[in-house]
Order: sequence, then C-alpha cells, then structure tokens
Amino acid sequence: MEFDFKSLVIIMMSAVLVNNYVLRQFLGVCPFLGVSKDLKSSAGMGLSVLFVMIMAAAATWPIQVYLLTPNGLGFMQTVVFILIIATLVQLVEVVLRKFLPAIFASLGIYLPLMTTNCAVFAVTISNINNEYTFIEALVSAVGAGLGFLLAMVIFTGVREQTAAADPPEAFKGIPITLISAAILSLAFFAFEGVIENLFK
Amino acid sequence: MKSKEILTRGIVKENPVFVLILGLCPVLAVSTQAENAIGMGLATTFVLLGSNIVISLLRNVIPSRIRIPCYIVLISSFTALAKMAIEAYAYPLYQALGIFLPLIATNCIIFARAEIFASRNNIKDSVLDAVGSGVGFTLALLAIATIREVLGSGSFFGFALPWLEDNTTMIFALAPGGFIVLACILAVVNYVSKGQATKRQLGCDGCPSAMSCGKLKEINDGI
Repeated sequence: MEFDFKSLVIIMMSAVLVNNYVLRQFLGVCPFLGVSKDLKSSAGMGLSVLFVMIMAAAATWPIQVYLLTPNGLGFMQTVVFILIIATLVQLVEVVLRKFLPAIFASLGIYLPLMTTNCAVFAVTISNINNEYTFIEALVSAVGAGLGFLLAMVIFTGVREQTAAADPPEAFKGIPITLISAAILSLAFFAFEGVIENLFK
Repeated sequence: MKSKEILTRGIVKENPVFVLILGLCPVLAVSTQAENAIGMGLATTFVLLGSNIVISLLRNVIPSRIRIPCYIVLISSFTALAKMAIEAYAYPLYQALGIFLPLIATNCIIFARAEIFASRNNIKDSVLDAVGSGVGFTLALLAIATIREVLGSGSFFGFALPWLEDNTTMIFALAPGGFIVLACILAVVNYVSKGQATKRQLGCDGCPSAMSCGKLKEINDGI
C-alpha cells in the first residue's frame, strides 16, 4: 500500500476547510440546524459523527473493493452501505454501553439514528467514487468528521449571539438561522485556494 | 379524509420543504439549475411512490419493532433502481446530481411519509399522498432553483436571459446563496401565514433521525 503523506494532508485539509461537508456541500444540514443550540449537544453530535464516519469508512471500503466490485455487484452499493452503517451503529452502541459507559453517557443519545445522517453515508460513497486507497479513505473520513465538528461548534457560537438579537418578525426562528449559516458558509470561502498553494 | 385533500395537502398546506422543513440537504445542493431540480424532484417522487406503495401493501406484515430497518431496505432499493435508470437514460443528469442521487435513500421526507402515512393507510391513499408530497417537493425545489439560476447564472432551464446573463450575482450559484434564498422564502411563508406554517422549530416527526436532531430536547428531558 503506497503511503503518500502529501496527498493525505491535501485530502485532510480539503475535507475540513475547502470542501467542508456542511457549509460547502450541504451534507448533514438537518443535524447542523437542529442540534446547534448549545455547545454541549453540538460537540456531542459532532464527535459522534466523527466517530461513526471513521468506523463506517473502515467497514465499507473493504466490502466495496473486495466483495462488491470483483463480483460485479456495484449496483448493490446503496443498499449494502446503508445496511452496514445501520448495523455498525447498533454494534458500536452495544459495545460502548458495555465497555465504555462514560463515553456512552455523553454520546449515546446521538448514536442510534446516525444511520440516516446523509453526511456519514456520503463519506463512504465519495471514498469509493474518488478511488481512494484504504488509508486515504480513513483520512478523508477523519477530515469530513472534523469539518462537521468545526462547523457545528462555530455555528453554535453564532447562534448564541443571534438568539439575543431581534430580527424582523417574519425572519424569527429558522429563517434567521439559515441566514447565519449563509454568512458562515461565506466565511469558509476564504479557504478557497488553500489546497493549491499548500505545497508551493 | 377526502382523496383530493390528501393529494393537495403535500403541495401546499404540508409542503415538505417550505412548511415541514424536511430534506434540506438535496434541496440546497441541487437547486443551482432548474433542470437538475426537476430531475431530483422526479427521482425523489419515484422513490417516494415506490416505497409508499410497498410499505402500504406490507403494513400488516412488517412487525412494528423492526419497521425502521425494513423501511431502510425498501427505500434504499428503490433509490438504487432510480439511480441505475438515470445513469442509463439520462447520463448528464446523473453526473449533475452526483452523490445526491444515492443520498435520496437518507431523505427524511420519504421516511416521514412511510412512518406517518403509508404504514397506516390503504394503498390508494398512500399513492395520492406520495404524489402530493413528491409534487410539493419538486415544486419547492423548482422555485428555489429558478431564483438561483436566474440570479446566479443569468439563465433559465439553460437558456441565457438577456441583460441578466451579463450581470450575474455569483453568490446565488454558490453554497451561501442556497441558504439565503431558502431563508427568504421561509420568511415569506412565515409572513403570509402569520407564523402559523413554520411554528414548529424543526419538523422531523417520523424521520428516523428525529432523535438525533429536532427531538433531542425531549429525549434529553425524558432520560
């Protein structure tokens, strides 16, 4: 297995900053808007997404490369990946509850329904579409998870400020939250070009 | 409930995007071009229709304890079907939608309709419900995409518009534009309905992700 540190750094930076899953690619917008009211829950959600993304990437990559592709079963990808993620999440929940109750107490509530978090599913599919190696797939999952966590935590700070503001009546609630998300997304455009100039 | 009401409910009164605020990821992501929006809307409608029909037929067979895994399998199978059909017959659309095509499988609108409606109603009503919600979703996507394409790319369905073509506002074609346009439309919905329509913070009833997003507070209080 080739090991190219430079390309790993590029994949990582790209996933965290330039192609941030929530703010640039609109993946995982629902939890991003729903669970970002206080820091404790947004960090918990972000960490569970990071954790499940790594596990899911590690589980789906070998299945696709060694089982589905050689047997011409590529069309089963959607069904198989969703089932793997669903099973995995259940498994992780059981293992955490038994052996690491402290972590389970803080992350447990976010785990069960990570199944249908589109960001997790998207990481596994884009790993295959980009033809990453196993290490690259893991790094991209870590990057995507960190990017999600970063966006969640920053956005929680923004929302704590907007909660004290007084927007026009019609914009109260979800519209003003979306406007703040738009401004945060604009801020992430500042990272454009970071990758190209990383190793100049 | 009358058939007509079931059909029109999904389009106006319970529009999945503008009123229930469900399935925002694909709405924001593929709404840069009106053509892609229609494609995505129709693909989602197909999956919605297929899953509603089968779940309605099997509603007395599927044990309620394992209903969510069953829905996941059914919905992702229909998604795979739609994906393959689009790849075969509309390749440019397949490329434009990219990763959001398999992601129909995790769209909460479809789960919501399966859980709230198809699992409790007969097949005729379920079909009407799926068509209503699907059309509502497609129209909502088209509305957002029209604004974003006209302002962001200066065209409509790929046809260049005079003047606008030379004076595009890039932000509408980029990610922040999606948030801004949706925010403004929701504000209008809020204004017209005097805050009644989007009264709920996040409408995630019936979505299997509900526990990890909108309903988190209630669960926290419960433990």
